[in-house]
Amino acid sequence: MSTAGINWFKYSSPATFYPLAGRMIPWFAALAVVSAVAGLYLGFFVAPPDYQQGDAYRIMFIHVPAAWMSMFIYVVMAGYAALGLIFNTRLSAMMASALAPTGAMFTFLALWTGALWGKPMWGTWWVWDARLTSELILLFLYIGYMSLEAAIDDPRRASRASGLLAIVGVVNVPIIYYSVQWWNTLHQGASISFDKAPTMAATMLAALLVMTFACWMYAIAIVLMRVRNIILERERHSEWVMGVLEEEK
Amino acid sequence: MKPRHKRLVFIVVGLAGIGIAAALILNAFRSNLVFFFSPSQVVAQEAPLDRSFRLGGLVKEGSLERLEDGVTVRFLVTDNAQTIPVIYTGILPDLFREGQGVVTQGMLGEDGVFRADEVLAKHDETYMPPEVAEALEKAKAAGAGQVEEGGEKP
Repeated sequence: MSTAGINWFKYSSPATFYPLAGRMIPWFAALAVVSAVAGLYLGFFVAPPDYQQGDAYRIMFIHVPAAWMSMFIYVVMAGYAALGLIFNTRLSAMMASALAPTGAMFTFLALWTGALWGKPMWGTWWVWDARLTSELILLFLYIGYMSLEAAIDDPRRASRASGLLAIVGVVNVPIIYYSVQWWNTLHQGASISFDKAPTMAATMLAALLVMTFACWMYAIAIVLMRVRNIILERERHSEWVMGVLEEEK
Repeated sequence: MKPRHKRLVFIVVGLAGIGIAAALILNAFRSNLVFFFSPSQVVAQEAPLDRSFRLGGLVKEGSLERLEDGVTVRFLVTDNAQTIPVIYTGILPDLFREGQGVVTQGMLGEDGVFRADEVLAKHDETYMPPEVAEALEKAKAAGAGQVEEGGEKP
C-alpha cells in the first residue's frame, strides 16, 4: 500500500507558511519563557556550587547553550541556503537570512560569557587557542553572511551569493566542535558528548539541558517572527500579501 | 540530469573539496596550532628554546613555594613523565591549585628553569558539588592509607 507523503513543497510556499508560522509563534514563545524560568531556577537555586569554581561556574548555564546554538543554527542556516540553491525555493533563502542574526547573537553571547568567566578562572579574557579562535571565525562568518546579503540589492542574487558563503563556512563547525580534541587548547574538553557519560552532577546537567531547550524555543520563535517580516517584505507586490495587509488594517 | 540535481552534485562536490582543503591546511599548520607544549615535549627539545612558548601540565602536588618577596612563586609543572621547574612573579588565577592544570608562557632558561611571565589555569571538564569532591578525596586518601599500612597524615 502506498501512502501519499506530505507535500513538503506546499509548505515551502511563503503564502502557506506565513499564517502557519503565525500560529506557531505563541507556542514556542510560551515554551521559551516557561523553560527559561525553570532552567534559571534550577541553575541558580537547585544546582550545587562547583568544588573548584564555587558559584562562578553557573555562567555555563548560558555559555554552553549559546555555544551549542551558535554552531547548530549555522548548520541549519547553511542547510536552508543549500535547499534554496538546489530547489530554488524562495522560502529557504528567507529562512536562512532569518536565522543569521539569531545565530550571530548566540555566537557573541558565547564569546562574551566565556571572556567574563575566563578572566577570573583562567586569568585572561582571551587567548588565541583553537577553540576560541574558531568560534570567533564563526562570528565573522555570520557577519560576513549578513553583510554580503545586505550589499546586493536584488534579493535573488543576494541570497545566492550569501548562500554560497554560508555553505562554504559550514566547514568551520566541525573544526570548532573537535578543536578541543584535535589540539591541546586552554579551553576544557566537552563535559557532554555523544560517546561518554557527562562529567557533571545530575542537577547541573538538568539545569543545562533545560536552559538549552529554552534557547531552542526562543530561537525558533524569534526566527519565525523574523521570517514573517522577510516574507512580507519580499512578497509585498503579490496579491496575498495585499490581502494580509488589508486584513490587518 | 535535472538542473536541481546538477546543483546538488555541485554543492556536495564543492563542500567535499573545501573540506579536504581545510583538512590539509590544518594538518600543515598542526604544529603552529598547538597552544602549549608538555614537559615531555620540552625535554625532547620539541619546543622552541630560543623564544617564548607556552608550557602546560599539572602543578605537582606539594611543589608550590612562595619566595620571601611574597609575589614570586616557584612550582613544578609535570605531565607525570617529566617535570619542569617554573618561576613566576605576579598574581595567580583563581583556579590555580596544586594538582590542577596550568598553562604558563615564558622562556626556558639555560639552567632548565622556565621563567613565566603569564600563568593561566586550565580547567578540566568535570563539574561536581564540593561534598562529592570531598567524598572522592576521602576515598582516595583511605585507599592510599591502606597501602601505607594506615599511616595517618599529620
